[in-house]
Amino acid sequence: METTVKAKEKTTNQTDNRLKFLNAALKKNLYQQDALIEILHTAQELFGYLSKETLEYITKELKLPPSKVYGVATFYNFFSLKPKGEHTCIVCMGTACYVKGAAELLSEMEKFLNIKAGETTKDGKISIATARCIGTCGSAPAIIFDNQVAAFQTKETVIKKLKEWL
Amino acid sequence: MDLAELLEIAEKERRRKKPLEIHCCVAASCVSSNSQSVKDKLSEILANQNMSDRVEVVGVGCMGLCSKGPLLRNSQTGEYYCHVTLDNVAEVFNDIKGEKSRIEKILPDDPFYKKQMFVVLENSGKVDPESIESYIANGGYLTLYQVLHEMSPQEVIDEITKSGLRGRGGAGYPTGLKWSLVAKSSAEKKFVVCNADEGDPGAFMDRSVLESDPHKIIEGMIIAAYAVGAQQGYIYIRGEYPLAISRLQTAIRQAKKYGLLGSQIFEANFDFKIDLRIGAGAFVCGEETALMQSIEGKRGTPYPRPPYPAEYGLWGYPTLINNVETFANVVPIIRNGSEWFSKIGTENSKGTKVFALAGKIKRTGLIEVPMGTTLREIVEEIGGGTPDGKKIKAVQTGGPSGGCIPASKLDTPVDYESLIELGSMMGSGGMIVMDEDTNMVEVAKFFMEFSKDESCGKCIPCRAGTYEIHNLLSKILEGKATPFDFEKLKLLCQMVKETSLCGLGQSAPNPVLSTIMNFEEEYLSLIKEDI
Repeated sequence: METTVKAKEKTTNQTDNRLKFLNAALKKNLYQQDALIEILHTAQELFGYLSKETLEYITKELKLPPSKVYGVATFYNFFSLKPKGEHTCIVCMGTACYVKGAAELLSEMEKFLNIKAGETTKDGKISIATARCIGTCGSAPAIIFDNQVAAFQTKETVIKKLKEWL
Repeated sequence: MDLAELLEIAEKERRRKKPLEIHCCVAASCVSSNSQSVKDKLSEILANQNMSDRVEVVGVGCMGLCSKGPLLRNSQTGEYYCHVTLDNVAEVFNDIKGEKSRIEKILPDDPFYKKQMFVVLENSGKVDPESIESYIANGGYLTLYQVLHEMSPQEVIDEITKSGLRGRGGAGYPTGLKWSLVAKSSAEKKFVVCNADEGDPGAFMDRSVLESDPHKIIEGMIIAAYAVGAQQGYIYIRGEYPLAISRLQTAIRQAKKYGLLGSQIFEANFDFKIDLRIGAGAFVCGEETALMQSIEGKRGTPYPRPPYPAEYGLWGYPTLINNVETFANVVPIIRNGSEWFSKIGTENSKGTKVFALAGKIKRTGLIEVPMGTTLREIVEEIGGGTPDGKKIKAVQTGGPSGGCIPASKLDTPVDYESLIELGSMMGSGGMIVMDEDTNMVEVAKFFMEFSKDESCGKCIPCRAGTYEIHNLLSKILEGKATPFDFEKLKLLCQMVKETSLCGLGQSAPNPVLSTIMNFEEEYLSLIKEDI
């Protein structure tokens, strides 16, 4: 375990505190293998994404085969194995938002940033992604800008927000 | 905790209350239109005017009419203040003082509320979801006390069976029967699971219930656990619902603090605890076997039933899985009696149903109506029709597992059987209104794209079938399909429906089949004549 910790510290300098939190989560869940998804949630929250090193570390701590950890990490849409941009915006593609023109909003953003949904701009500033339904159908179309849900979005409001970030 | 302490908490909370409360919606939809800062600003104005001793601004759950949000309510007059923002919140204050005010108001007998009946949502918009005291002051946990001290587990199950309650997750399995199956088993461990993985796009009933009244779900689960003899509960909730997750975490912590979860609840010989399990964005996890795999920390792939979870569930132990709304019905049924409940609704579908009304409709939001209410009443009277006077073309229910009901069938009463007859299903309760501009083939393709992406890939009919159906629909929309392709599409849909492993695949073709059934001419107009 110690060697892994050291290896991690080398890769990024701010890791130590976050690793402490990850260890606390492992401890809280008594290193039980069925807590894998909880641990992955915590790791992603701490590091922003699941790097190969993070996955290897979790594999060792929970004494699970790497295939299983990788299998779970890739099965669920929430977990990302690639780093995300500084800002994220998630376009809800639920039925209500779709009926109210979410697809046009998305293509407008894609055109503006010159990336596709699921990608990050070259300078690492903004990622766009889509969500199945965030459940605020009463305020469709909705977009989540950095964890803040914005209601009744239009092309103008969206582009304005993106310009603020660039 | 004993009865005297519970009543004391309730009494203390009631005494603490100010004569006038301004309820401010703090559920996700209004929060997304900034209701939290509106609430703070109004409190600040009241404090500056030295009115804080008489008036309190209380954060409450969803009051239903999301399209008029942020929504506030005056507890004395029952009037609602609509579209309250930081700019016009001072107008609300003027109204409270009895002065002239320009804020838009609607009355409690507005057409939106007139036909509704609140059972599941009885506390929604009335109690503070972050305060257990507020729930207790509203009679909360009193039913649990009565159950633990005055009823045997069998009596609880009998009451639920007699009420005629059916599962609100979509399939409509009789709840009492499910409970008695789990209760029958003599296994040393049993589990109760609340399925809050509300994945259908366009459905937000469970989110609203959990954000507005989390303690009601917890109380319902404890009663269920007592009835079936379970010691451990899980709430499996979507990761997409951060607010509901945090409210549940708060509620569980509060219940533990008061000894309502843990060992010897209400000093009875009964232990129960609840843990949260947070989903990670996989639609298939709403299917019960996949959900259990996910709770066990695995990939959420379903497995064949039988054995059903009631016999062989989590880690091989008997497991009771019910939907959020089903658990929300438990407390009212036990409190008011099964006879009261069975008088609401239709012959085979008892009680009420919560729907999430959205799409091309004037008043979007959360509604609860008795079973048997017609779609026309819901869409035209409660929802107010389309916003721009366009004609309604169809109503979509049941999400990607359901179908589109044409405007000509709007007089159908809403119950489990009637909707299935129309090629749709009750589903969990999402209701999307589509107007005449909507292309039904595109709608079918939209849902198939969803099912294709969310198929877990375990069984071939679903994995390959949804993909091929999607291809055929694209071909039709591009105007390149022949009558032969159309026949192939129908056959393939039937095949996927009959041979898929789990509910996802079995119901994935429904949006296509129901649009073919009701809007075949739209498909035919896109198909080339035989070459």
